[in-house]
Amino acid sequence: MDWDIVIGIETHIQLKTKSKQFSGASTAYGNEPNSQACLVSLAYPGLLPVLNHESVNCAIKLGLAINAKIARRSIFARKNYFYPDLPKGYQISQMELPIVGPGYLSINANEKKKDVRILRAHLEEDAGKSSHGVSQGKTGIDLNRAGTPLLEIVTEPDMNSAEEAVAYAKKLHELVQWIGICDGNMQEGSFRCDVNVSVKKKGTEVLGTRREIKNLNSFKFIKQAVDYEVNWQIETLEDGGKIDQATILFNPETGETKAMRSKEEANDYRYFPDPDLLPLLVTEEQIDEIKKLMPKLPDEMQESFKKELGLSEYDASEIASDSEVTKYFLALVDSKVNPKLSANWILGNLYSRLNEEEININQSPIDSQRLAELIKRIEDSTISNNAAKKVFDFIWDKSSITVDQAIDELGLKQISDSGEIDILVDQVLKNNQLMVEEYRSGKDKAFNALVGQVMKASKGKANPSQVSELLKQKISK
Amino acid sequence: MLNLSLQSLALHLEKKTFSSAELTQFFLGRIKQHNPSLNAFISIDEEKSLTMAKKADELIAKGKKSTLTGIPVAQKDIFCSQGWPTTCGSKMLENFIAPYDAMVIEKFNEVGAVNIGKTNMDEFAMGSSNETSYFGPVKNPWNLDLVPGGSSGGSASAIAARLAPAATGTDTGGSIRQPASLCGFTGLKPTYGLVSRYGMIAFASSLDQAGPMAISAEDCALLMNVMSGHDKRDSTSIERDKEDYGSKLNSSIKGLKIGIPKEFFGEGLDSSVHTLIDAAIDQYKKLGAEIIEISLPNNHLAIPVYYVIAPAEASSNLSRYDGVRYGYRTKEYDDLTDMYFKTRQEGFGEEVKRRILIGTYVLSAGYYDAYYLKAQKIRRLISEDFTNAFKQCDVIMGPSAPSVAFNAGEKKEDPLAMYMQDIYTISTNLAGLPAMSIPAGFVSNLPVGLQLIGNYFTEAKLLNIAHSFQKNTDWHLKSAKGFE
Amino acid sequence: MTIRKKDIEKIAHLARINISQEESQKLENKLVGIMSLIDKMQTVDTANIEPMSHALDISQPLRKDEVTESDLRKNILPLAPETEEYLFIVPQVIE
Repeated sequence: MDWDIVIGIETHIQLKTKSKQFSGASTAYGNEPNSQACLVSLAYPGLLPVLNHESVNCAIKLGLAINAKIARRSIFARKNYFYPDLPKGYQISQMELPIVGPGYLSINANEKKKDVRILRAHLEEDAGKSSHGVSQGKTGIDLNRAGTPLLEIVTEPDMNSAEEAVAYAKKLHELVQWIGICDGNMQEGSFRCDVNVSVKKKGTEVLGTRREIKNLNSFKFIKQAVDYEVNWQIETLEDGGKIDQATILFNPETGETKAMRSKEEANDYRYFPDPDLLPLLVTEEQIDEIKKLMPKLPDEMQESFKKELGLSEYDASEIASDSEVTKYFLALVDSKVNPKLSANWILGNLYSRLNEEEININQSPIDSQRLAELIKRIEDSTISNNAAKKVFDFIWDKSSITVDQAIDELGLKQISDSGEIDILVDQVLKNNQLMVEEYRSGKDKAFNALVGQVMKASKGKANPSQVSELLKQKISK
Repeated sequence: MLNLSLQSLALHLEKKTFSSAELTQFFLGRIKQHNPSLNAFISIDEEKSLTMAKKADELIAKGKKSTLTGIPVAQKDIFCSQGWPTTCGSKMLENFIAPYDAMVIEKFNEVGAVNIGKTNMDEFAMGSSNETSYFGPVKNPWNLDLVPGGSSGGSASAIAARLAPAATGTDTGGSIRQPASLCGFTGLKPTYGLVSRYGMIAFASSLDQAGPMAISAEDCALLMNVMSGHDKRDSTSIERDKEDYGSKLNSSIKGLKIGIPKEFFGEGLDSSVHTLIDAAIDQYKKLGAEIIEISLPNNHLAIPVYYVIAPAEASSNLSRYDGVRYGYRTKEYDDLTDMYFKTRQEGFGEEVKRRILIGTYVLSAGYYDAYYLKAQKIRRLISEDFTNAFKQCDVIMGPSAPSVAFNAGEKKEDPLAMYMQDIYTISTNLAGLPAMSIPAGFVSNLPVGLQLIGNYFTEAKLLNIAHSFQKNTDWHLKSAKGFE
Repeated sequence: MTIRKKDIEKIAHLARINISQEESQKLENKLVGIMSLIDKMQTVDTANIEPMSHALDISQPLRKDEVTESDLRKNILPLAPETEEYLFIVPQVIE
């Protein structure tokens, strides 16, 4: 039997603010337990929330980036439940009237472009952390994270494969870093996905019962968890079983998903407007201010790379998929280096070297300025492209040496003196009469061989285009 | 030192007739003498109070004095005060020493007022008789068998018995005005947002408002000058220009239009109270005011609406008391769930638990629309009644409470009867309006309060209206037998 | 609508409050009474009325994104019922 897979994703991103959502405590990661638990984070009696301005700006930025409606008036609500890492006994979130309304994000998966509709995005606060078993039978509560600003971004159930789910997550992950609202650090929990999965018989309209896989913090896990879950659901249904709505956890060690224990305790969160917080109003002017500060978005960037700089579809999308790569690329273009050549170098030599070293482009020992110098030497025919690769490898870990010094040191300067090349060409023509004849009788390959011979004779330093020019002149005489 | 207005106490301190230390010692002595019978204070700390008094004396000596410097003020135990136990009348916070000061406390500290002790109150401010306090009931100085009203019953008893010349209270549904009425002094609940809620332990966040309790309107104006003001730590605090609440005290009230809502004089109002309120209104007529009959047609819904909204907010506000980070934790438990259940069962009193349960119910799935949302809508109707009324009049007057003080234990087991105590006060909390209670006479030696309700931000005007009455009457100056 | 025993059990559970056998009947009677008082609201037609959450029609003030709070552990850990290595301790949570 054939099945349709239906996936929706809720992503919690930690916003890149200095202080918490409703208090002036630090949001820094990894400090000693409870050292960043201020009285608001601790929910002391008498303490009140005051909203962080920067979080609101972050939410507006996201709204603009996903072509969404930004609510001029939004409301904070309390979501009530007891858990030891939730100090107030409620989480401040937004229920009705979230700050960001419907929008969409375009993804590419399986070579197909698709718009994933985003239902809403709302501001809320993170909980603290529980460490189970600090000592026998005990759980320790650290409230450093409690109150960290979160933006929850909720899609419609628009994805139909694990690949699409991953493509969406990657695209969103890139976007939120690009617009500077999240550091994207998935290991530290800055970007976490809850993935809702259901299956239905192909062609039927009614959605199947969904199960929500909580807290996936790597793209690999999303893929694995969705694949496992889809298989499990299909098998269960094909065996005549029934799917119950559930919250499930993915175990990366076994690659399996499993329902959480506390299922029968169907939660009743008793949302109601938070009386401590007034309606959040956003004006047209505020939105315009933020618009001015927004960088060009990846999709717009990609278009302009294609249209204005003449990059291929592939190169444009590869470069525009990462804000740091884009920055690097634009720096090259700004130093008046040929854009296509720049793209080739970034996606070719630079990428493979970065991969080898497992570092990011902003950690590259060859910065954009040095790479620009190198590419300029290709453009002005000082060295050949092949020679440039040698220079690239040579200067990789030598920051003190200039590109020109490296070219000299490696003796790679191209011969562009026509007199010298003239002599070499004459020699090659004399020693390869047969090939000349073959070329004259119509074999084009023979010409390439002759060029090769001259290059060899020059130890690769002759300018290839000059060589072929001269050869053509001399043969046709 | 007894029975002096805050203004004259300040004058004596300035002239050094007596020092703040002496004044403080005097009231501490009265507390020592009378608190065992009244139970108005939960904590007293002579050393702390006297240290503050000595500091105040230094300020006075240096000439750096503002009006309330060196004046003892009793603080309701709902305000967090650094280094003082802050219990909110609950076992849950029995051993809680606040690590910080509420805005109200900060403000009094700034001007060098002396904290004379933390006053008893209904647990988490839930009650109208001060019988729900974990620290025992408070007695009414006019008759020790009677309740002082609530929830600011400790402050009320302290003012009425002259254990302190001034006190703070909070008013969520009448908790300043009803005890002021039952104990015979002056209390003001300001416009919502005028006094910061920072550090004031929350009961119902959208209704809670702190205010002054003292002998006279004049004293209340001085206290308001200190307590009010914008606070960035409270998102519902209002940003306004600083106002001198005493500036209009002596303005003429000729031509003042007094609205009398017929709904405040119907069934449920004790007839002798009715008579006194009528007499007080007549007094205003003599002072040149004009009386207009008005209607607040939805006032009868105020209690049902309040008993949805206040418990709903409270049920959520009180979730933080879970025995994890501070406060009471049950002694024996099997697991986390057991710990929660027992901690909250043992740490909260009956009335608080009832309200948490009601609040949980009205917010729960399937009931939200019928109760919580409905209440929010009717809240608007009640509020609009006032908007309409103030198109016709400058101030609304009526009783503060339906009767004089009642017997301890009389309504304790009957929540519905108890809730009726606030029938005239609750609607102003729902609307966020300022209101006062001022002494208007006695029924068989028990005080009766006249309520004055003003439009938003008209505290100075209300105080002026109250002061005009108090210049022509002496009800507010009477003190209870045994406490003169 | 009246509140029933099973409603009370449900809300007591949501509110994490244990109700003893002895308390149970008395509590039920009182809650039924309070709910009947509240039910007076049901006579009012509230169609097209905007709910009112706040007394004042003002908007949310915003706080500048600055770190203003410092480490409070010295003051707050001693107020907790149980701590260990800077953590608040509760009985083990089972997920």
